[in-house]
Amino acid sequence: MTTAAAPVEHAVAVNAVSRVFAGRKGASVTALDAVSLTVAPGEFVSLIGPSGCGKSTLLRLIADLDTPTSGSIEVFGKTARQARIDQDYGIAFQQAGLLPWRTVAGNIELPLELHGTGKAARRERAAELIELVGLSDFAGHYPDQLSGGMQQRVAIARSLAESPSLLLMDEPFGALDEMTRERMQNELVRICAETSAAVVFVTHSIPEAVFLSNRVVVMSPRPGRIRDVLSVNLGRMSDRGENLREDEDFFHSVSQVRELLHGSASTGARGVETR
Amino acid sequence: MSTPASTPGSMRGGRGAAGLARTVLPPVLLGVVAILLWQGFVTVLAVKPFILPGPFAIGEQFTANLQNVVNGMVVTGRNALIGLVLGAIVGVLLAILSALLRILDEMAAPIVAAFAVVPIVALAPVLYTMFGANAETARQLVAALAVFVPVYFNTLKGLRMVRPVHRDLMRSYAASSWQATKTVTLPTAVPFVFTGLRIASSLAVISALIAEYFGGPVGGLGKSITSAASSSNYGLAWAYVLGSIILGLLFYCAALGLEKLVSRSAPA
Repeated sequence: MTTAAAPVEHAVAVNAVSRVFAGRKGASVTALDAVSLTVAPGEFVSLIGPSGCGKSTLLRLIADLDTPTSGSIEVFGKTARQARIDQDYGIAFQQAGLLPWRTVAGNIELPLELHGTGKAARRERAAELIELVGLSDFAGHYPDQLSGGMQQRVAIARSLAESPSLLLMDEPFGALDEMTRERMQNELVRICAETSAAVVFVTHSIPEAVFLSNRVVVMSPRPGRIRDVLSVNLGRMSDRGENLREDEDFFHSVSQVRELLHGSASTGARGVETR
Repeated sequence: MSTPASTPGSMRGGRGAAGLARTVLPPVLLGVVAILLWQGFVTVLAVKPFILPGPFAIGEQFTANLQNVVNGMVVTGRNALIGLVLGAIVGVLLAILSALLRILDEMAAPIVAAFAVVPIVALAPVLYTMFGANAETARQLVAALAVFVPVYFNTLKGLRMVRPVHRDLMRSYAASSWQATKTVTLPTAVPFVFTGLRIASSLAVISALIAEYFGGPVGGLGKSITSAASSSNYGLAWAYVLGSIILGLLFYCAALGLEKLVSRSAPA
């Protein structure tokens, strides 16, 4: 992680980015069409939208797991590729993606090990993170001995291993049951308050987006575009807790996002996924 | 999140002595019954020993010539083991190369498939001429070839089993291709390599034994079976067959044990 001389204004700056996937025989799919977005340092931004709106594609582009067809992406003032090489972000996917032959501690140490951190420092950092995600009793367990929620907590701990100032999360709670999911959300809010990292969070759950975010980016499919960006004013991360879910403002924001998702025609009375 | 969502599954797999008895006893009982039926059949119908000797006669020959049978097992077993190690090393290394270089894979696939169908009958005499009839080299190479094919294909398959999420993860870590191979690709492939080895283990014994039929020094099980049969000592020939079966089982069980050991230390 380099220390830039000039203060960096944006954690992420996406500028008129398009991504076209070439199909068979000339047919092509426009996954993203001229999308622009900025994320400030320490800001939590959710990308929400129906399947096929390009939200995961956008996240993969920011992570430099894929390259845009046109447009540019800057992460902390660098190209996405340079930011990846400099390890400026941590990432978590919908699948925990743990290595089954490594213990919980071994999985969390993985990025540190690949980047040449010493053994003692690795141990110490892993122990810290295991504590942070509340798995102290499971450090020596293997992933297949853990529940889905616990595996995902390990994956999140792993993404935090190198104290990144940017976290990229692609539906990390998508495969979890409702109760585990809400607990993980509470946990993530707490972790974000402690680490003050910027987060780009892909989800298709409206309450999840509202509960976690400073801003919710609503996207529409075919071609993937940003329909609207909603600022959620529910207070600072550190103040958000379980009772926020019962809050009047929370419900208000949820129905706002819902209206944006469905366009002006429907007002949220229809059967909407409210996970 | 201080309370875990669920307790982890226990790793204890012991089923106790009763469970063990239930797995072992039925096949043993079946074996005893089959041997008794065989002996009864031979005795009652007075089958000539050159057609089928009774199991008791074979057992008698086996104990009487135990030292010879064991010597034969050592010779053939040694050839099979050298072939197994050689074939496995070459198979794994070539599979890694093929996984790294697509072009090599495309070139090698038909050749390896051709290797798989090379008849030992045809190959062994050629190798004896190449390496001399006094050396065991030809037999070891025949075994190595038989081992190479399943090890190569299984390893290559295992190397292709890397999950996309792991590949993305390695890219996000900006890991070098060697780091990615070492941390993700090879460990993913390990269980497949051992499955290949298990299949190859009995093939190694059979091939090393069959190769003895076509020349080379005496002393191995294959040569002993032919020479005992040609001197009309059918009980002894069958005793060597029994030795071959034991040797094959030894190899198979060793490979199986190794496979279990590896999959336990690395739960997949």
